[in-house]
Amino acid sequence: MSSETKQILTTDGIPLEVSLKKAERRNKIKAFLLVAPLLLFLIITYVFPIGDMLLRSVDDKMVTEMLPKTFKAMEKWDGKELPEEEVFEAFYLDFRQLVDEKREGKLSTQLNYTKNGFKSIIKKLRRKSKNFEEGNYKEQIMAVHKRWADVEYWKAIKRRAPAITGQKYLKGMDMYKNESGEIVSVEEDRRIHRILWLRTLEIAFFVTLFCFLMAYPIAHLLATLPMKYSNLLMICVLLPFWTSLLVRTASWMILLQQQGVVNDFFVGIGLVADDARPEMMYNKTGTYVAMTQILLPFMVLPLYSVMKTISPSLMRAGKSLGGTPIVAFWKVYFPLTIPGIGAGCLLCFILAIGYYITPALVGGASGTLISNQIAFHMKSTLDWSFASAMGLMLLSGVLAIYWVYNKLVGIDNIKLG
Amino acid sequence: MNKEFVKFDKVDKSYDGKTLVVKDLQLDIEEGEFVTMLGPSGSGKTTCLMMLAGFETPTHGEIYLDGRAISSIPPHKRGIGMVFQNYALFPHMTVYENLAFPLRVRKIPKDEADKKIDKALSMVSLQGFAERMPGQLSGGQQQRVAVARSLVFDPQLVLMDEPLGALDKNLRESMQYEIKHIHESIGVTVVYVTHDQSEALTMSNRIAVFNDGKVQQLSSPDELYEKPVNSFVAEFIGENNTFAGEVSDISGGKCKVKIANTEILANPISVKGKGEKTKISLRPERALINPSDKMDNIHSGKIEEVIYHGDHTRVRINILGNNQFILKVPNSSANMDIKLGKDIKIGWNSEDARALDPK
Repeated sequence: MSSETKQILTTDGIPLEVSLKKAERRNKIKAFLLVAPLLLFLIITYVFPIGDMLLRSVDDKMVTEMLPKTFKAMEKWDGKELPEEEVFEAFYLDFRQLVDEKREGKLSTQLNYTKNGFKSIIKKLRRKSKNFEEGNYKEQIMAVHKRWADVEYWKAIKRRAPAITGQKYLKGMDMYKNESGEIVSVEEDRRIHRILWLRTLEIAFFVTLFCFLMAYPIAHLLATLPMKYSNLLMICVLLPFWTSLLVRTASWMILLQQQGVVNDFFVGIGLVADDARPEMMYNKTGTYVAMTQILLPFMVLPLYSVMKTISPSLMRAGKSLGGTPIVAFWKVYFPLTIPGIGAGCLLCFILAIGYYITPALVGGASGTLISNQIAFHMKSTLDWSFASAMGLMLLSGVLAIYWVYNKLVGIDNIKLG
Repeated sequence: MNKEFVKFDKVDKSYDGKTLVVKDLQLDIEEGEFVTMLGPSGSGKTTCLMMLAGFETPTHGEIYLDGRAISSIPPHKRGIGMVFQNYALFPHMTVYENLAFPLRVRKIPKDEADKKIDKALSMVSLQGFAERMPGQLSGGQQQRVAVARSLVFDPQLVLMDEPLGALDKNLRESMQYEIKHIHESIGVTVVYVTHDQSEALTMSNRIAVFNDGKVQQLSSPDELYEKPVNSFVAEFIGENNTFAGEVSDISGGKCKVKIANTEILANPISVKGKGEKTKISLRPERALINPSDKMDNIHSGKIEEVIYHGDHTRVRINILGNNQFILKVPNSSANMDIKLGKDIKIGWNSEDARALDPK
């Protein structure tokens, strides 16, 4: 055959490729129109909020917009000695404008985040600046308070010049940028977020492990029992699925509390003394127990769907070829369930890492997770940008796990059912 | 040679405690023999195989392998090779690893194992396929791997559970010969289960015909076809023409059977005396058109249907009140005058008309 393939024409002389594209275009448009509403829905409810979250987490426009002239004048300032007169003049003009609009309070709050001590000197400046004379603003401002003559405060203002910032992310890792621009950790006794991140990973890991250990036999039983029993068992597995999450968590609270059913039982059989009932709730134990039970179906179902496809004759073959039941299980059955294990573990881990209601209710202080902290900043401190930043850190963590899983096991090896 | 290499001794099997799937089974298999268990589905043949492999336990009775009672031995200690219906190759292992599995669990050193694997693969002509995954092989190749795997650890006994059921017709036929040749060359004892009678006839030394949990007949393929001992076997193996009637006389190795208004001569197999009801079985190729005078049964019938089959022509005839009587006419006698609606004379020897149980 020649290397140049001859162009094939249809009977009316149009190249075959063109004709094929034409014939398929209609179907392609139809198919696109069919999925278009869903696509739109996804963009509105998924891509857009995440994008907004991303912007919000790095947004730092407020100060930038409040002091436009100052930052413009500061561009030429080297940031070592006190700035020149023109910076002071620009600052004065910006500040007067803010005072007219009654927004100088916000400025003082924002600047105080960057460096303590701004609040009082801005208040003082507002009072004094009414009587400022034209010209030589540097002298006049510096005369208001000695801190206005301190170069560190001007440096602090300059640090707020960029419209975007990564400081919320640093804060999420218990770190911050110090005066000289280095990234350092906060003092040890104030590192709350790192503890939460580690605890979240730990709880997600162990919940996944417990789920796996419990779900594997259940799924195996489900896959091998005769139909009439397996259907019943399947309903037992799915029943919690159909019950409200809140109800399930609440029933765990009834079971696990110190005067609860489980403790009563332990006392009843003499396992523990009545005056030494163990605390099983408002700590990690409660979180482990409740989350494992709630996430169990997510592990059972992928495992079951994989095990259902494994022919029982494979185990028989393993045994008839001389493998003991354990060898046959370990060499034949278990490797074939790995896609299900991968899917179940990934699902459980990802769900556990972002779990909120259950740890909030039964976790107490030592059993809460990073998601509870996010909720706290959403609802109580109203620091939405910080909540967004931590949310995105969680999301990128999940994506990282997904990536590692893909590298190790291969994502096409996954089977969700 | 051990005449009772495998012995089923009065074996019963019931799954639900109400019905017996296998009833009082008595079966001896000689060492080196190729025995096929043949029967319709639900006749208990696969259950027998599973009991022999150790995946089912007999409800009553005992199975002996080479003189040892094996009911209490778990499957992995029986040392029996097995080929499963859907091959049951381990999908996550290469062909090599599949074959190495039984050798590894027996802790056979690697170089010796490699030799055995090479030998087994060359036996099924699959050299060079060792590194493939089962999913990359065709059905026939997978089947060969399964056969090789069941033989690689040199078992004395190999069980095959409808191994060719999933293959297409041509492949099935060539695999039949291949398995037969492997059996002949290594002399292993094979117990083979199938519901396909032509497969059974092609491959086996002896065939056990199962029905209703019992062995109906255990004999060589030719005997099974030529001399069925009851109506079930006669009808299950090959094609069969039947006449239902009543014995009117029995003497000198022949009997007279009254059918409709006439009497025909037959070979009394399971009839003992006068007045017994019987079913006469006659193979289609034993009845001839234009019979010679020596034949002791000559009757005339009407041609109802003619179907051309290439090498032969099937003719359906209404004779002695039976309008399903089939004749096979070889094509060499094409000049014979076979036409629809014609009356013709047909004859057969009384020896070939076997008077069996009425069922």
